[in-house]
Amino acid sequence: MASLPVKDLPIIELFGPHRNYSNGLRLESAVEPDKLVQTHCCFCGMQCGIQLKVKDNQVIGFEPWEEFPFNQGMLCPKGVKRYLQGAHPDRLLKAYQRDPAAPAGFRALPYDEAIQRVAQEIERIQSTYGPDSFAVFGGASLTTEKAYLLGKFARMGLKTCNIDYNGRLCMVSAAAANKKAFGIDRAANPWADILKAEVIWIAGANIAECFPILTNYLWQARENGAKIIVVDPRITPIARTCDLFLPIKPGRDIALFNGILHLMIEKDWLDHDFIDTHTVGFAALAEHVKEWTPRRCAEVTGITEAAIRKAAQWWGSAKSSFLMHARGIEHHTHGVQNCLGAINIVLASGRIGREGCGYATITGQGNGQGGREHGQKCDQLPGGRDIENPEHRAHVAKVWGITPEELPRAGVDVYEVFRRIDRGEVRGLLNICFNPLVSLPDSGFIKRMLERLQFFVTIDFFMSETARHADIVLPGSLHEEDEGIVASAEGRVIKINAAVDCPGDARQDWRIIQDIARALGREKGLTFANPREIFEELRRASAGGIADYSGITYEKIEKQMGVFWPCPSDDHPGTPRLFEAGSSNPIAKGKGRFYFPDGKARFNVAPYTPPAEDVDDEFPVILTTGRVVSQYLSGTQTRRIGPLVDQYPEPLIEIHPQLASRHGIKDGEWVRIEGRRGICTLRARIVTTIRPDTIFVPYHWGGGKSINQVTIAAQDPISKIPEYKVCAVRILNQYGPPANAQGLEPQQ
Amino acid sequence: MFLLDQNEFFIDPARCIGCQACVQACSECDTHKGHAMIHLEYVDRGQSTQTVPVVCMHCESPTCAEVCPADAIKKTEDGVVQSARKPRCVACNNCVLACPFGVPKMITDFELMMKCDLCYDRTSAGKKPMCATVCPSGALFYGPRPEIDQLRPRSKPMNQFQFGRQTITTKVHMMAPTGPVKAQYLDVTEVMNENGPRQRIALDILSNLYASEDGV
Repeated sequence: MASLPVKDLPIIELFGPHRNYSNGLRLESAVEPDKLVQTHCCFCGMQCGIQLKVKDNQVIGFEPWEEFPFNQGMLCPKGVKRYLQGAHPDRLLKAYQRDPAAPAGFRALPYDEAIQRVAQEIERIQSTYGPDSFAVFGGASLTTEKAYLLGKFARMGLKTCNIDYNGRLCMVSAAAANKKAFGIDRAANPWADILKAEVIWIAGANIAECFPILTNYLWQARENGAKIIVVDPRITPIARTCDLFLPIKPGRDIALFNGILHLMIEKDWLDHDFIDTHTVGFAALAEHVKEWTPRRCAEVTGITEAAIRKAAQWWGSAKSSFLMHARGIEHHTHGVQNCLGAINIVLASGRIGREGCGYATITGQGNGQGGREHGQKCDQLPGGRDIENPEHRAHVAKVWGITPEELPRAGVDVYEVFRRIDRGEVRGLLNICFNPLVSLPDSGFIKRMLERLQFFVTIDFFMSETARHADIVLPGSLHEEDEGIVASAEGRVIKINAAVDCPGDARQDWRIIQDIARALGREKGLTFANPREIFEELRRASAGGIADYSGITYEKIEKQMGVFWPCPSDDHPGTPRLFEAGSSNPIAKGKGRFYFPDGKARFNVAPYTPPAEDVDDEFPVILTTGRVVSQYLSGTQTRRIGPLVDQYPEPLIEIHPQLASRHGIKDGEWVRIEGRRGICTLRARIVTTIRPDTIFVPYHWGGGKSINQVTIAAQDPISKIPEYKVCAVRILNQYGPPANAQGLEPQQ
Repeated sequence: MFLLDQNEFFIDPARCIGCQACVQACSECDTHKGHAMIHLEYVDRGQSTQTVPVVCMHCESPTCAEVCPADAIKKTEDGVVQSARKPRCVACNNCVLACPFGVPKMITDFELMMKCDLCYDRTSAGKKPMCATVCPSGALFYGPRPEIDQLRPRSKPMNQFQFGRQTITTKVHMMAPTGPVKAQYLDVTEVMNENGPRQRIALDILSNLYASEDGV
């Protein structure tokens, strides 16, 4: 039974989201903290260093950590106010059980009783329907230790193949493309290489709002003479002053990359030595892009031919460069192809593996990198290993003390797990660090699937929109209540340090997972005493793999302010820059710089296909979605932090004045967005900074304010990332405010 | 760590991304917790994402102090103009109306004018102001002159401003571009077709000012 126990209003009234502001100790001046804890931000992939001020087991504020090399004390508004997620009135301090008779639909119960109930239900479902009928969802905000443990719990404890994580909606397209082209899934360069680049190409990345601290690297590069090219359907804050803005029509990125490569070949802006020595597949690709003339490229992308030529010339003739992309090109049914297109123009230029010559996807989540390396992904084992590779299975099985036959085979992505629920193949679900009801597309389907589950347990620190559907909610830990490692977007492994203890019955997530295993009588291999013990096993499990952590220790991380993986031995300093001349790796074994048996990078033909749902007469407007600077992902944390809510209270629809005037829409007016899957009514913000064929809505809100009621669940065939960045809608302004406009606070 | 008198405050609006980290961090400052003293506003969000952060410019002859009937606004020896002294401030709003940069705020709960004091508690202890420490874009910068000269070869600090017939010299500097200023991207439709008009909003005001300052 995973339907809402009562209507959502009483649940919201008791469990929030409510806004927390500074009060008490946190508002007093001149309070001497008991300690300052050096750790990192709990939000995005930048993982800025920050010092938390702790007094009486409460985080009361922050002090910049200027010595940490990446951000040198810099923070965005989320980092500044993150401490307000602690000591929050909405914090889950007890375990809860679904109870329609209770006032807010949930009744508190003793923690141990809740664990027993979870174990009984897992046992019942698995013994009735088989091991794969129980699924596990994780997330990329978990520390790497937790992600590793969750993978081991699912595969060794539950023996289910159905484990996947919310990174599926984040960076998997880039990960798949990186593996296809380079044989390794990691940003190729540290961010410091941006400063040395002559041309910086930013494709589909709203850096100022999603990765604010990276802005300083861009601006500093420009002071050093760099030219900045921004490809985006919106004039984002970095696009406003960039050197060349390419206003691409959403969903057409691969056409642009193919067009650029066409011109690079035509003008011979190629590094022939590099292509001959270090790559394979160029001839086939060159043949493929022949048809991508500037004219065709312009027709498909909506960018002028002149701008395409200028971009190609700048990129083609540069001596050094850095290409970055993020979800803007990745959230597509051809997301992998888009990323391959980007990599193709990098490889053709030969500008990789050297100082000031770089390529990176900008991972979105705090542990987006580390959380995808060590085994909570459906097809992967620790060390970036492949679950279908016999040698890889044997290695991990040995570390875990089981036979390879006992390891389940590959599972399916999170969205496909929901389809398995639809088909009755999955009956129970354990969820942590994930709010799929807000963050997955076509959320009406997700709600119906949660309702179909026989048993749903979620571990969370707040009652998220998804948790409201749970049979049991277990009180987990906040970022500042546990320790462990994460890998930032540049591949730097850093350490999160605990600042305070868990309040009430809440406890560290790794304890909860192990408590469930023990109650099931399946605690073998799941009896770690602390995160360090998990990490020590993870080091062994990753040894010899591509994501080799075996030479990393907590002490080395602290001493070096982070260690870039791979780091295969105790005396190894880590690898800030991949693919350097003379570098070696366990796959090429000295044959070359790239992670293939011949040591050579792969060019991949990346054919253009239009989005899954293109506009037509019925639904003539493109809807694209993204973030705002003061909110993070599904807003479970940031919609509870008062000053961040006040900065941007509710989602607005960005509409160009030309489109608005065609529909008679005025600034601030209620506008209904209608698509094939659902509707969403929000206020209009009329701005000249967006293409007139496109509207933009940020996705951080739930319920009637969730734009994912409208987005499409079409997925990339390789990476399984959903196409958040393009679907077809129409906009209407004659319906007035939606039913939820009254009675809810902006964040609810 | 630099000595206080070696460090100066520089504002570079061209770098601002409007993220409000400065505003949020300002409200964490110990002397005015819960109240931000920074103004950060869109110039016109309908037309552009341009935002401008405004901290107190700490004038040599502060207009706010000059118009204060209660003599409540004081400047420290090192040139920092402080919030009104609580025992003296009569909450008359003169300073709020007179400041050419629009800096002081009347905090009605306290019946007190409050403004940016350059994080006096931090800067006097050798730390940077909160806003300039956290600013992710370098739009707010606090450090020694040689460092900003080296970091920002494309602009120069200026600290003289003309308001009508009033010339104001400030302790805080604005970074003004030294070369020609590229037009900003304001409307997507201007770059969507080959011959589209391109609005040229050159920051002539700043470069002219810099030129005339050069001529003096």
